[in-house]
Amino acid sequence: MKIMASIKQNPSPILVSLPDFRNLGFTLRTLVMVNLLGMAAAILRSDSLAGTWQQLLLISATLQPVLLASLLALYAFNQPLAKLDYRAGVAAVLVLELLIATAAWEFNILLFGDENFSSLYRCWLLTGLTSSVLLAYFNLRSRALSPALVEARLQALQARIRPHFLFNSINAVLSLIRDDPKRAETVLEDMADLFRVLMADNRRLVPLESEVALCRQYLDLEKLRLGERLHVIWNIDEMPADALIPPLVLQPLLENAVYHGIEPSGEGGDVVIDITLKRDQVHVLLSNPYHQGGTHHAGNRMALDNIRERLALHFDYDARLHSTVVDHRYQVSITLPYRTS
Amino acid sequence: MNAPLKVLIADDEPPARNRLKSLLADIPNVTLVGEAGNGKEVLSIASEQLPDVLLLDIRMPVMDGIEAAEHAQKLYRPPAVIFTTAYDSHAMQAFELNAVDYLLKPIRLERLKAALAKAQVLGPAQRDALHALAPQRTHFSIHERGRVLLVPVADVIYLRAELKYLTLRTAEREYLLEDSLNRIEQEFSDRFLRIHRSCLVMRDAVRGFESRPDSDGDKHWEVLLKNLDETLPLSRRQQHIVKEFSG
Repeated sequence: MKIMASIKQNPSPILVSLPDFRNLGFTLRTLVMVNLLGMAAAILRSDSLAGTWQQLLLISATLQPVLLASLLALYAFNQPLAKLDYRAGVAAVLVLELLIATAAWEFNILLFGDENFSSLYRCWLLTGLTSSVLLAYFNLRSRALSPALVEARLQALQARIRPHFLFNSINAVLSLIRDDPKRAETVLEDMADLFRVLMADNRRLVPLESEVALCRQYLDLEKLRLGERLHVIWNIDEMPADALIPPLVLQPLLENAVYHGIEPSGEGGDVVIDITLKRDQVHVLLSNPYHQGGTHHAGNRMALDNIRERLALHFDYDARLHSTVVDHRYQVSITLPYRTS
Repeated sequence: MNAPLKVLIADDEPPARNRLKSLLADIPNVTLVGEAGNGKEVLSIASEQLPDVLLLDIRMPVMDGIEAAEHAQKLYRPPAVIFTTAYDSHAMQAFELNAVDYLLKPIRLERLKAALAKAQVLGPAQRDALHALAPQRTHFSIHERGRVLLVPVADVIYLRAELKYLTLRTAEREYLLEDSLNRIEQEFSDRFLRIHRSCLVMRDAVRGFESRPDSDGDKHWEVLLKNLDETLPLSRRQQHIVKEFSG
C-alpha cells in the first residue's frame, strides 16, 4: 500500500447557522422587527389614527410579554441551541416559542378572564408566523454576511510569514555582506520583492507567470541557505502563463515543501513542480520528499486550509486541492479553471 | 592570560556557520575547533577535540541540537552549551524558564561575547528541560573507552537489563548502555515491546513466535527475530502480545 495519508476536501458551502441569541444586535433587531409587525397589525385593525393607538396598546399587552419571555428564554438556551444542526435548531426555536405563547395565553386568562382574548390557535399561528419570518430574516442575513467574514479571515491569515524563514534569510544575508557584497545586494532585492507581495492586499487574481516568478525568487533565497540540499525541478513548458490564480497559492506550498521535505534531511532532495493545461483546467502538482514522524504538521495543514478557502472563494466548486503521500513523496495537487483577464 | 576558549559550532546552513565564524574571529582568546552540519557530527568532532563550548543550532537534520546537547553530557569533559535559533517559541520558552543559554539569529557580536563569557555546563534541571523538548531520541549514546558511540534507535533489535547496565543488541554486536528499561519503554512506547520484566524488543524486529516445551512439561512462547539467530523468552504475563501480533 503506497498511499499512507490522503486528505481530500471539497470547498465547503456557506454555512447557515442560528443567530447568536446573546448578541445585542440580535436582541435589538428582534425587538424592532416584532414591534413593527405589531404596529402593522394595529394599522390593519383600525380605521383612524386614534384607533390605531388603541389597538397598538391592546396588541402590546399580549405581544410584549411573549417577546420579552422569548428573548430571555433564547438567551438562556443559546448554547444548547447552537449545538444543534440548523434544521433541528429551527424546530427547537419554534417549539420553544409555541410553549411561551401558550404560557402567556394561560397567564392572561388567569389575570383578565377570557372575554378580551382571542383563541389559543390564533395565538399559536401568530407566534409561529412571526418566529418564522424572523428566522428567515436571520438566515438571509447570515448568508449575506459570511463571504465578508471569510475575506476578513483571509486577510488576517495572509499577513503571516513563517518567522523561521525571515530570520534565517536575514542571517544568510549578513553572512554575505563581508565576503560577497554584490550577492548580498541581489538577495536583499529579492527579499524586498517577496515581502512586497506577501504584505500586499492579495484579494485580486494574478497571472500564473507572476506567481511562478515570485516562487523562483523565493527558492533562490532558500538555495542560498540550503545550498546543494535543495534541488528544484520545474516542468512548466506547457504552463498557461496567462491563467489567473489567487496570489500566494504556490509560494506557501513551496515553503512547506522546503520546511518539511528538505530541511529535515541531511542529504536534501528534490522539489518538483509540474504545471499543465488540460481541457480548460490548470493542473498544478507539487511534490517533495516525505519524512515520517515530522513534528510541525499543524502548520502545513493550516496553510493548506488557507489556500483551499481562497480557491473556494474565487472559483467555488470549480477548484480543488488535495494532498497525498505516494512512494515516500508528499504531493499536493491543485486543479482550477483556466481563466484569463 | 588563560588558555583560549575552544568553541565548536553547528548549523546545517553554511551561510549561518560562516556568519558565526566571522563573529568568533572578532572575539579575542577564542579558537574554533570545528564546525558541524548536524548533531551527529557535533558528537564525533567533540569527542576528538573536547571543546569548552558548543554553539548548537536547534533545528538540524539527522540529529537536532537539543539531542546532541543531551548526548554531549556523556563526554569525558562535558562542554557548556549555547543554543542558537532563528525562531522556535516553544524551545525559547523552555530555555527562559530553565536558564539555558540561547542566542537568536541573526546573532549580535555583543550577545555572543556575553554568552561565551558566562557559558556554563548544563545542570540537572536544565538537562531535564532539554529532555522534555526532545521527547524521542534518534540515537542511543554509549560510553566506550573514553569515547561516545552513537547507535541509531532504528538499528536496535532488543534491550535487556543486566545487573547494572542494559545490553543493547544490534544485528552486528552488543553494547553496554547506562539507562533504565522503564525510561526507554516510556520514551519509545510506540517502538519497543515489553516481552519480559527484563527485556524490550523492537516491534519491527519481531519475526514471529514459537511455542516451546518447558523443562517442567508446560509450554511457553519464544520471540523469533529478524536479522538475528537468537530467540527471546516471552513471559507468561505478556502472552497477549502473540494475539495482538497475529490479529
